[in-house]
Amino acid sequence: MKATLLRLTRSHLFWPCVTLVLLCLVNVHFNPGFFDIEIKDGHLYGSVIDILNRAAPLMLIAMGMTLVIATRGIDISVGATVAIAGAVAASLIGGSLVIKEGVQTYVSNTPMPLAFAAALAVALLCGLWNGLLVAGAGMQPIVATLILMVAGRGVAQLITEGQIVTVYYEPFFFIGNGFIFGIPVSLYIVAAVLGILLLLTQRTALGLFIESVGINPVASRFSGISARALVFWVYAFCSVTAGIAALIITSNVKSADANNAGLLLELDAILAVALGGTSLSGGRFYLIGTLVGALIIQTLTYAIYSLGVPPEINMVVKAIVVFGVCIIQSPALRDLLLKHALRSGGPA
Amino acid sequence: MQRTRRTVISTIAAGLIAGTLAMPISASALTLGFAQVGAESEWRTANTGSIKDAAKAAGITLKFSDAQQKQENQIKAIRSFIAQKVDVIAFAPVVTTGWDTVLAEAKKAKIPVVLTDRSIETKDPSLYVTMIGSDFTEEGRNAAKWLLQNYKGQGDVNIVELQGTVGSAPAIERKKGFEEVIKSEPRFKITRSQTGDFTRAKGKEVMEAFLKTDKNIQVLFAHNDDMAIGAIQAIEAAGIKPGKDIIIVSIDAVKGAFEAMMAGKLNVSVECNPLLGPQLMEIVKDVKAGKQLPKRINTKEGIFPMETAAKEFPSRKY
Repeated sequence: MKATLLRLTRSHLFWPCVTLVLLCLVNVHFNPGFFDIEIKDGHLYGSVIDILNRAAPLMLIAMGMTLVIATRGIDISVGATVAIAGAVAASLIGGSLVIKEGVQTYVSNTPMPLAFAAALAVALLCGLWNGLLVAGAGMQPIVATLILMVAGRGVAQLITEGQIVTVYYEPFFFIGNGFIFGIPVSLYIVAAVLGILLLLTQRTALGLFIESVGINPVASRFSGISARALVFWVYAFCSVTAGIAALIITSNVKSADANNAGLLLELDAILAVALGGTSLSGGRFYLIGTLVGALIIQTLTYAIYSLGVPPEINMVVKAIVVFGVCIIQSPALRDLLLKHALRSGGPA
Repeated sequence: MQRTRRTVISTIAAGLIAGTLAMPISASALTLGFAQVGAESEWRTANTGSIKDAAKAAGITLKFSDAQQKQENQIKAIRSFIAQKVDVIAFAPVVTTGWDTVLAEAKKAKIPVVLTDRSIETKDPSLYVTMIGSDFTEEGRNAAKWLLQNYKGQGDVNIVELQGTVGSAPAIERKKGFEEVIKSEPRFKITRSQTGDFTRAKGKEVMEAFLKTDKNIQVLFAHNDDMAIGAIQAIEAAGIKPGKDIIIVSIDAVKGAFEAMMAGKLNVSVECNPLLGPQLMEIVKDVKAGKQLPKRINTKEGIFPMETAAKEFPSRKY
């Protein structure tokens, strides 16, 4: 019994999950209906669904970020990529509401699948650029992706001509607001990407390759792994996840805002990866941990809204909780506390 | 084509804080350096358009910079305007505090400064010549007055508030004006208040959380239309009728708000007129001519309830 418990606490998922549960309890304390889920208009409706739905873009990007970080890299341009891809999608679809004899029909400027493909292609292009700089030119990842982070919003503004582009094309709203069997569409997308990633990293040698490149790129190269190509495509993939997230975000608010879409999302994504137990120095990575990390961030945001925290101190509260979570997850500190507890003879 | 090129140039200017727009018509033409907040809403877009068009019409060379909602960018832009020795500097401050140093630099360089649509907090009012813009406190008061006069229901009225960007003048003053008026009727109470950063996405996210935690909401007061539009989406998703089950009062009167009002989803929008370009150009000329100006110049503004939306919509420019 004790051994199982000990093994459980050693699991990389244990502390992130404990944090998530604690945050949920805080939410329940201030909002007794937190776990209530009802069926409204044929779909699930409730706080938990909101959190999952809102966290979807972050979860997607954080998964891409996990792989990048596993190769000892970092991608701080994902927020800008979201702005660019969102701008492309919204500008291409645009659309207008035409009322003919009282019948409303929606017309899009470009066929939606084409607009989606274009947005994802542009996101891929962003990733290829990052990959080229990191793997090709050998630049430091943070510097290489900083370029796109700074330039990206400018590019997005070029596309939207400095305006907020509102979309008036009903079918587009489905991806960010729709439901399939009562569950938000965005969650199916997250599940699909997660499924593909788990399949690729656990059923093939890809996961091992990524970890070995992160642990020792030189040794990996000598053992026959084409480390450069791997790193290159990992950045490309990370940007594509940002592109998918951009479609969800843009569809959700029915408009593309080049200035604010995905603002500071890169930091949330990195935080989600770190909370999930993946070390920023590369190597071992935990995709499920990252998802839990993303949920922690969104649950915390939600708690702040429902707690009635004055807006002026939102960020301080967030910072304190994140600090606390990081402390809990620090093995060095836990060992210290454990030793202290054992010495004083109390129950450990 | 012309328009696209102008936007291209102005966006590059946002990054490089340089880039000249309209060519000076005569050799003695004035140069105005304008540091815009960013493009956070339709309102701001209309504001930018009005300033650019008015400068062109008045033959004033405009150096335009987009701060992307960051004070440090705006300070950099103002410093670069000083270095370029423009005739007048105008800017819409992102936040109210922290301008003393850079404005003292402008004063030392003898470049007059005009504030547009947002005020600043400073111990030395001589740092700027005048402020042209809306009276945000009055907008807040007007929103509250409309609510008190037109709210039909009985009993306690719980109001949730979506505030603008924390620390910005419109957020602080609209809140102040609104609270000032509803104080007179004890049954009107603000029960929840959170920032939505003036954006649709945040407005929607915060309203979603409010609706889950609190079933007893009669009125939504949003500090701008974009947050109200986001919140309307959240209210509809909750199976509640915006504009009927929850009365929605917002400020700005942008096009999107008129569309929402015509659809019966938004009850009233108090105008905050962004088309201050022509007035600003007059001020620039007056300042340069050495005329004495009042410290505060207000723009003209109206109140648009739902019923008038369809009639007003075609004549709206923003």
